[in-house]
Amino acid sequence: MRYHTPSTFRDAAQIAAGASGVTRFLAGGTDVLVQLRAGAVIPDDLIDLKKIAGVYDIARTGDGGWRIGIAVPGIALGAHEALRAEWPGVVEGMELVGSTQVQGRATLTGNLCNGSPAADSVPGLVAAGASVEVTGPDGQRTVAVQDIPSGPGKTSLKPGELISAILLPARGDHAGDAYLRFIPRSEMDIAVVGCAVSLRLDGDTVTEARVALGAVAPVVKLVPAAAQAIVGTALDDAALDKLAAAASAACAPIDDKRGTIAFRTEVAGVLAKRAAKIAYSRAKGDRA
Amino acid sequence: MAKDEFREFKLVGTRPDRPDGLDKVTGRARYGADISAPGMLWGAVVRSPHAHARIVSIDPSKALALDGVKAVVTRADFPEGLTGEDWNLQENTIAGERALYDGHAVAAVAATSKLLAEEAARLIAVEYEVLPHVIDVDDAIKPDAPVIRAGAADASVPEGMPPNVVRYMDFGRGDVEAGFAEADLVMERSYKTEATHQGYIEPHACLGQLGADGKGEMWVCTQGQWYIRKMCTAVLGLDASQLRVTPSEIGGGFGGKTTIFMEPLSLALSRKAGGKPVKIVMSRSEVLRATGPTASASMDVKIGLKKDGTITAARAEFRMQGGAFPGAPVDMALYCCFAPYNLTNVAHVGYDVLANRPKCAAYRAPGSPMGAFAVESLLDEMCRALKIDPLQMRLKNAVKEGDKSSYGPRFGSIGLIETLEATQAHPNLSIKLGPNQGRGIAAGYWFNHNGETSVSLAISEDGTAQVSVGTPDIGGSRASIALMTAETLGIGYEDVRVNVVETGALGVNEPTHGSRATFASGKAAVIAAGHAIKEMCRRAATEWGIEPEAVEWVNGAAQPAGPNAGKHPPMTIAEIAGKMGQTGGPISGHHESVPEGVGASFGCHVVDVEVDPETGRTTILRYLVVQDAGRAIHPAYVEGQYQGGAAQGIGWALNEAYIYDDKGRLANPVFLDYRIPVASDLPMIDTVIVEVPNPGHPYGVRGVGETGITPPLPAIANAIEDAVGVRMAHLPMSPATVLAALKARG
Ligand SMILES: Cc1cc2nc3c(=O)[nH]c(=O)nc-3n(C[C@H](O)[C@H](O)[C@H](O)COP(=O)(O)OP(=O)(O)OC[C@H]3O[C@@H](n4cnc5c(N)ncnc54)[C@H](O)[C@@H]3O)c2cc1C
Repeated sequence: MRYHTPSTFRDAAQIAAGASGVTRFLAGGTDVLVQLRAGAVIPDDLIDLKKIAGVYDIARTGDGGWRIGIAVPGIALGAHEALRAEWPGVVEGMELVGSTQVQGRATLTGNLCNGSPAADSVPGLVAAGASVEVTGPDGQRTVAVQDIPSGPGKTSLKPGELISAILLPARGDHAGDAYLRFIPRSEMDIAVVGCAVSLRLDGDTVTEARVALGAVAPVVKLVPAAAQAIVGTALDDAALDKLAAAASAACAPIDDKRGTIAFRTEVAGVLAKRAAKIAYSRAKGDRA
Repeated sequence: MAKDEFREFKLVGTRPDRPDGLDKVTGRARYGADISAPGMLWGAVVRSPHAHARIVSIDPSKALALDGVKAVVTRADFPEGLTGEDWNLQENTIAGERALYDGHAVAAVAATSKLLAEEAARLIAVEYEVLPHVIDVDDAIKPDAPVIRAGAADASVPEGMPPNVVRYMDFGRGDVEAGFAEADLVMERSYKTEATHQGYIEPHACLGQLGADGKGEMWVCTQGQWYIRKMCTAVLGLDASQLRVTPSEIGGGFGGKTTIFMEPLSLALSRKAGGKPVKIVMSRSEVLRATGPTASASMDVKIGLKKDGTITAARAEFRMQGGAFPGAPVDMALYCCFAPYNLTNVAHVGYDVLANRPKCAAYRAPGSPMGAFAVESLLDEMCRALKIDPLQMRLKNAVKEGDKSSYGPRFGSIGLIETLEATQAHPNLSIKLGPNQGRGIAAGYWFNHNGETSVSLAISEDGTAQVSVGTPDIGGSRASIALMTAETLGIGYEDVRVNVVETGALGVNEPTHGSRATFASGKAAVIAAGHAIKEMCRRAATEWGIEPEAVEWVNGAAQPAGPNAGKHPPMTIAEIAGKMGQTGGPISGHHESVPEGVGASFGCHVVDVEVDPETGRTTILRYLVVQDAGRAIHPAYVEGQYQGGAAQGIGWALNEAYIYDDKGRLANPVFLDYRIPVASDLPMIDTVIVEVPNPGHPYGVRGVGETGITPPLPAIANAIEDAVGVRMAHLPMSPATVLAALKARG
């Protein structure tokens, strides 16, 4: 195994582009090192990105959004008051990842690029309308978060490409988001279903919404029909039922050791309702 | 129970710091994997990826070609001609003609590093011919099921039984049909439980060394060093006395470390590698795939109940698979399932069935939790139907001293009634429940065990004492034995050190199993202390020139017994010990026996749950364990045993299960998917220690380790029914299954 410590994203991209065997980038390593120790993925080239300047930074962007470095661990995200106040759903998704120990290392980028359909921070990012800055050997491009995963364990990144930052849009007023996951236990578990809702209000009425589901399809899913079910409503019971039905209808899960098709489909609707209510009350100004 | 007003003892019943505490919190304690030796090699095991397959060929040439690979062993390196359980152990250690389950060891390799050994294991080429497999017990008992091993049935199995039935039992008394005819309500139900694993935190680890002369050493994480010795030497064809086995500190066992897995492989590799020590440390996946989980069960129960709560008759028919070898604890399950009840008409039928799964090992009260799940669930359902209070029903039928147990023998002194009464009096029972909340009650039983025991005690020159025991400390036995020894000798708790010693130091000891260590090693230590006291009295008598019978032992000193013995100031243990070299040499005591007087332990649990009707998720709100300890020598440890049993039972009830894919491979061999409860899943578990002293033990000890895992399974099922009105008859009661039951009810 070759271990690299490039000092720029461009160098990292070049090393990756030139590598022919199994290649992994090392952010927090909470997936990479676990897979390595289990003998599941033993990289030929391991490219550590933590020596690149700025990877631990969280910065306000010109348009009022946020630029989050690829090595920012969950614990730093959680400690960032301003980010947390604007995007509590994104932050709580990341904070659900692992334990205190894992939080000291695990990153949004790694969670996204590991490609798990059950990744806890991804539905929140998708609902938020987040994008990523992708650096390749030939330059940079910006891609919507929901377009990065392409299947379990897979991403749409081309050989040599890597993510150089996560970009959150400006939050704006009267808006809120929330993420909930269902796990059989209370901690240290993997989402059987996950759901994030981000919405904006005008008075009591929902004017914009985005709903994303995790662990119910090969990739995290943005569900426009679920969003439409609540836009123009005051999140009354009828709207919530329509939201639940649309969320359940969007599910294409599998039966496996972690949950059945019937269970995931049903609970996706339940979580969508519950997450929407939390996002709604946050948009109203409740800091719960 | 009135210990606070009146204390019979100075030390017994107190809660001093545990002797192993500092070592454990500072990381100084040495567990199995912490032992290393100069020149040591690492072993790795090649395991079958198939549930059932013929081994066509094993080619180690690529592995042996690696620099640093020192030895490869296969079944050919083990002696032939073993029979009975010795053959089973050998076959489970390393597969012969066929691999019998996913994870079955097929070959092993030793190399100069762990990484190299693992790489070499991947390079050993094994060719398999995959055979049909069977996993579920109800499939395995079918007449046309794939045959795991022809001719494995013992004499108990009548002609014409399905081929995978290897043991059969049928026992009872009275006339159950007449009993059912007397009842106001007769119900019959079927239940299933899945295999679960003990889930101890420390994976199996050993360091074995064996020379060409047949002399060997082993350091190992185990509940029983003599069992390791007996089983390893049997499997390898060695003389038992030539292998010296030293137990490490142990990170949990719960029964799963009372047998052998990879230990003989390390010895065989060592012998083949010229006697270099070989260390093998299992990964968690290896632990889950290839050690000894408990059995899975399919059970039918029929009970007759009168309106006044009297049980008129009961019948149980249990089918259990314990893997590809005989030994599912179906007998224990049957003995325990009706044990709390005084029955005149009772019938039991049991089948031990082979399936393509790992060989089951003991798990905390083996068999009893499954039986309790079936019987206590049905009784609860019947109490609901007849509107009888479930606790009153249990009190009405409860067994007491002198009653004939459901499985035959008469009970000695037992404390079930006291336990049920203490439960009734507990404040948790009067807490009001909210919507979707429910309360469940269940009783449970375990016999407890004595077993071969050998203990030695020696007085040191300064008057302190050391006790050598053969039972590894998995639940606080060192603290309890120190308390009892100190109480007996009349010295301080800190003045006694209890050591768990190697096989060369004592006569044969059974493992720490059957909740026996504090009972059996404790009783032997008290008797051994009595011998030492007698000798110390004799030395004092000699010095005083009086008869030894005229000396008594009071508060850690010899003194004349009564005025006729003469006037001498008491002679302390330190004074006697200080001059023992001049007065006849070392002062010690020892005791060897299978201690008589085992006391059984009953328990009763009450759980409050809340079920989320939209997701089927069950939250434990409150949990109460009430159990008869005989006497709690160190109450904190007793409470720990109660809480630990409940925690494991809660896991078994709610989420734990061996899940197999359609190829018969274990689908969840990691803790992420094999879901034991995490700390935040559980409330503080309330405990009540009932004390009905066991007259068979000098301090009244019963043994408390196992009963606590039996009631949680039915108690939680009963609470779920109380909360949301669905009866769960198949464990685990995971959110998906509870939600499906709620949907099915509509
Ligand atoms: C005990 C434990 C508990 C866990 N619990 C959860 C949980 O509850 N929920 C959950 O979702 N996950 C959980 N995880 C998984 C893991 O912690 C998360 O997926 C984490 O966010 C991964 O981030 P990382 O920085 O550690 O990624 P790494 O392991 O460093 O990398 C993960 C993947 O991302 C790729 N990668 C990293 N950086 C880049 C980049 N800049 N550009 C392109 N690709 C990149 C790597 O090549 C690799 O394939 C858990 C893990 C452990 C060990």
